[in-house]
Amino acid sequence: MNQVDVVALVVFALLFALVTALGFVASRWRKADLDQLHEWGLGGRRFGTLVTWFLLGGDLYTAYTFVAVPALVYGAGALGFFALPYTVITYPFVFVVMPRMWSVSHKHGYITAADFVRGRFDSGALALAVAVTGILATMPYIALQLVGMQVVLGAMGIQGDLPLVIAFLVLAAYTYQSGLRAPALIAVVKDAIIYVTVIAAVVVIPAKLGGYGKVFAAVPPQKLILAPQQFTAYASLALGSALALFLYPHSMTGVLAASGRGVIRRNTAMLPAYSFLLGAIALLGYMALASRVDAAPQYAAGFSRYGTNFAVPALFLDVFPSWFAGFSFAAIAIGALVPAAIMSIAAANLFTRNVYKEFVRPACTPREESTVAKLASLVVKLGALAFIVFFPQKYAIQLQLLGGVWILQTLPAIVLGLYTRRLHRWALLAGWATGMGVGTWMAAMQGFKGSVYPLHLGSTILPGYAALYALIVNLGVAGLGSVALGAANVDAGKDATSPADYGE
Amino acid sequence: MKRKRNPKLWYALLILPFVGTLWVPFYDSVEPRLGGIPYFYWYQFGWIGIGAAITAVVYFATREPDA
Repeated sequence: MNQVDVVALVVFALLFALVTALGFVASRWRKADLDQLHEWGLGGRRFGTLVTWFLLGGDLYTAYTFVAVPALVYGAGALGFFALPYTVITYPFVFVVMPRMWSVSHKHGYITAADFVRGRFDSGALALAVAVTGILATMPYIALQLVGMQVVLGAMGIQGDLPLVIAFLVLAAYTYQSGLRAPALIAVVKDAIIYVTVIAAVVVIPAKLGGYGKVFAAVPPQKLILAPQQFTAYASLALGSALALFLYPHSMTGVLAASGRGVIRRNTAMLPAYSFLLGAIALLGYMALASRVDAAPQYAAGFSRYGTNFAVPALFLDVFPSWFAGFSFAAIAIGALVPAAIMSIAAANLFTRNVYKEFVRPACTPREESTVAKLASLVVKLGALAFIVFFPQKYAIQLQLLGGVWILQTLPAIVLGLYTRRLHRWALLAGWATGMGVGTWMAAMQGFKGSVYPLHLGSTILPGYAALYALIVNLGVAGLGSVALGAANVDAGKDATSPADYGE
Repeated sequence: MKRKRNPKLWYALLILPFVGTLWVPFYDSVEPRLGGIPYFYWYQFGWIGIGAAITAVVYFATREPDA
């Protein structure tokens, strides 16, 4: 652990250099004027089926996912597996909803979900709420990508914050220059090495451990399947997370960068390939249990420093030769760069469109708009970096947990807004505020350690995902408020969209 | 007469993955195992494939002209 693994480090550094070069070259890919926000921040809305598949795959299945999901399964067992049903049900939902989002955004030049809310409900305040929620939910998510990177650097014997700072500055530089083209191009390489790593892991490791039967035999029986009192928590975590996934600004950016509705529809049938990957990665948690890496003295320092997040890196070091360990760590680290880039671009788009242009400089030129976004992407990344360097890691984890609760509160304005104009803008805003408050309170009651809230209904206790409970309150306020405001004839604003704009 | 159903009805198929994965009692068991893997796990893995297949079927059944 304290020894620097030279072979692994060389392989790692070579791959890192390769993607850095790609990141800068990307500015010349499908050359266009990057001083236009839709070119810098959405890649000119020209990504076809295959590029979008890599982009969204690289975007949604992040480095933190690859470290944290097996860590959760390693620690909590079956409950941690909710990531699987979550990715099963998110795509049918996206299949139905997101083509409408793409169509209306394409027609009106919307770059963010908040742009759509602005146009649909004629409310800068509601759009601001959506934008701020998006930025708040995204920042800790970027910070957590750094955690993923930190763990694999540590596994190769690299200590200290400096390598992390360098990696992030490099990332910031090419994101600034190339915009969304950089992560799109890098995602192709990243996903290729991730697939190789995971396929090797699920074939080689169980073989070494004596088959899957042996792997599962190492899991304590009470963790192998769910207890009946965990059912509602499991299902509500899966459902809430599935509904929230595409409300995150970075997912929305991936959707809006597609070249057509068909690209999104086809991708919802193709992206489950990544779900297989995720499920396989989750099982790595059990493989780490079965290989007893936690008991090996050479990994004790890693476990004490990084906790269960060290389970998978330790497993890789244990079973793979050095060069392949370096390869797989590069997969995880590059897996941090792609989403971090897209997230910072998405947050920058939100800031530029829905804060700066809306409230600071309504008359700003396209060039100025694009410059502000580039600078904002730098600020967002530096903020995330500072957060990880100066604050304990657990704050980032807790904030990311809260981020999931918060982002789901934008569902009524965004998703229901795609289908109906009956909800009143002020009622939606009130529902959002209530949902944010209730969700945060529920998480606070758990000491911000988890997002499952034990709801008391009479004498029965219904543990469920706080985000979903908060959403129910949110919808109630939005619905009742809309009826009341409608009855009182309060101005509902002018809808800038027409039914034909939604493409069906 | 050829049937002329509403093509939107195909979308109803998309409810199946939700039912199959969100109703936990369907799969919260160790047996039957498959190649050493408990039912809980291979059942949910199976739904990845079924879910993708269902989405593909609905995609082709509701194909849009320019898509």
